[in-house]
Amino acid sequence: MEELLQKGITEVRGLLTNGKITSVELTRFYLDRIKKYDGLTGCYLRLTEELALVKAAEADKRIRAGTDGELTGIPFGMKDILCTKGVETTCASQILKGFVPPYDATVIKKLDESGYVHLGRINMDEFAMGSSTENSSFQVTKNPWDLSRIPGGSSGGSAAAVVAGLCAASLGTDTGGSIRQPASLCGAVGLKPTYGRVSRYGLVAFASSLDQIGPITKNVADCAVVLKVLAGHDPLDSTSIPQPVPDYAGALGKEIKGLRIGMPKEYFIDSMDREVKAAVEGSIRTFEELGAVIVPISLPHTEFAVATYYIICTAEASSNLARYDGVKYGMRVDGKDIIDMYKQTRSAGFGKEVKRRIILGTYVLSSGYYDAYYRKAGQVRTLIRRDFDRAFEQCDVIVTPVSPTTAFKIGEKTEDPLTMYLSDIFTIPVNLAGLPAISLPCGFDGKGLPIGCQIIGKPLDEMLLLQTAFLLEAEKKLKKRPDMFA
Amino acid sequence: MKITGKVVQYVAHLARLELGPEEIDLYTQQLDRILAHMDELNSLDTTGIEPTTHAIPLVNVFREDAVQQNFQAEEAVGNAPERVGPFFKVPPIIETE
Repeated sequence: MEELLQKGITEVRGLLTNGKITSVELTRFYLDRIKKYDGLTGCYLRLTEELALVKAAEADKRIRAGTDGELTGIPFGMKDILCTKGVETTCASQILKGFVPPYDATVIKKLDESGYVHLGRINMDEFAMGSSTENSSFQVTKNPWDLSRIPGGSSGGSAAAVVAGLCAASLGTDTGGSIRQPASLCGAVGLKPTYGRVSRYGLVAFASSLDQIGPITKNVADCAVVLKVLAGHDPLDSTSIPQPVPDYAGALGKEIKGLRIGMPKEYFIDSMDREVKAAVEGSIRTFEELGAVIVPISLPHTEFAVATYYIICTAEASSNLARYDGVKYGMRVDGKDIIDMYKQTRSAGFGKEVKRRIILGTYVLSSGYYDAYYRKAGQVRTLIRRDFDRAFEQCDVIVTPVSPTTAFKIGEKTEDPLTMYLSDIFTIPVNLAGLPAISLPCGFDGKGLPIGCQIIGKPLDEMLLLQTAFLLEAEKKLKKRPDMFA
Repeated sequence: MKITGKVVQYVAHLARLELGPEEIDLYTQQLDRILAHMDELNSLDTTGIEPTTHAIPLVNVFREDAVQQNFQAEEAVGNAPERVGPFFKVPPIIETE
């Protein structure tokens, strides 16, 4: 069974359709692996074993009846931020402990219609606020390549589970890099779609103008297959884009001769990790050998992206998280009156980083500071968007590192939030501009830790990102799984 | 100093959070550094630049004003920490004699 881990979704789907294996066997295989290995990595918050086996049996029925879809019988681990009907959804927060959504997020509905199997709920930074998954209220997740290191965040559990072979694929959410950065630090493939490509209905909101849902998978082809299922217009999300969804997987393997690749000087700086820089520059040379043309470009407002982002995302978060008041769902701590009840509940229910961001966001929106911070950040956001508009007049895609370093040690940055924030410098501008970007492994550093390469595209150009990434992956042929999880 | 403990405490109250003295000290120090970093935006001249609120412009998204069957009251209040029948139960908001 272990050889199944080498195979992509399409290949495993072939085995299911040909009756070589059943979804129930496949699901049991992953559940057994989780029981054997998840003590090491801490990816799963809760297993939904019973549900998984029911869904797997249904999938097998569908396959026999010939009514199966793209993901029928494929076991997923689910980031605990996507509302799933009848399944506890906590956002790794005390305040939502015990919350059982009465409805499915649109992406969950789509996966369900496609016949996926839900293995369990996956750990994350509380409310997706963090870059290391250390802000979970429940447990620390460890990087499968080195258990003393963080897996990145906020979708750290999803990336670690994919790489450790504890699910066939997973979903993440990306507000400032939360799909791409953990994918990079764990050696998985992660794609943040164009803002609006995937419906956010049922995604527990952090910063609504930035949040997007996307796949985290072990290879580029799987990423294409999953994205096709997730993408599309949804009347329940008025910010979703009414454009048809192309067959992403069908176009993989196409050559990139003459493709213009932009290389922004602001993303290849001396202060970043030397090995990361070398690996991404090496990937750019590989693209050149494959026939691409390298174009030096500039994104001059990059240095202002982190400050802009943390004003906008905390402002939106302070508003979005006002709904946790001890009345409608989640925990309640009694107080001497209703205001005191709100305060007691929120103070006990939110963790340190979430409180820090709520206070910061409330401050930047408060009267007297709104123009200086929130309005100013919106204006700089316009400048950052224009940087990309100009760059894309000269190139078709932009290639950069994902993170300035490889995975850092658990506890290394928890006392210093600003340093933690600054580590998101290469992923944040993409969210501010609403663009799609993919992160895929492009090498290892001297310590054996994965290095990620980011490819950024024009709005709705996910297809080109996948095509380009697919060729790099085929050239590099990197190791996919640490020996510990073989 | 960009921010004082008193301001942190006041903003926390606006956000309906209660902080202990140690938390106030810690957040004051941390927010002071973060706000100092944010002030670097002031080095940019943004006169006449329209702020971006959403990156992908979509305007006037309309739908029919039609009744749909969504949740039963029972489902909608099903997660409430305290309830009475199909209602949320909260502490008194309007004072009585």
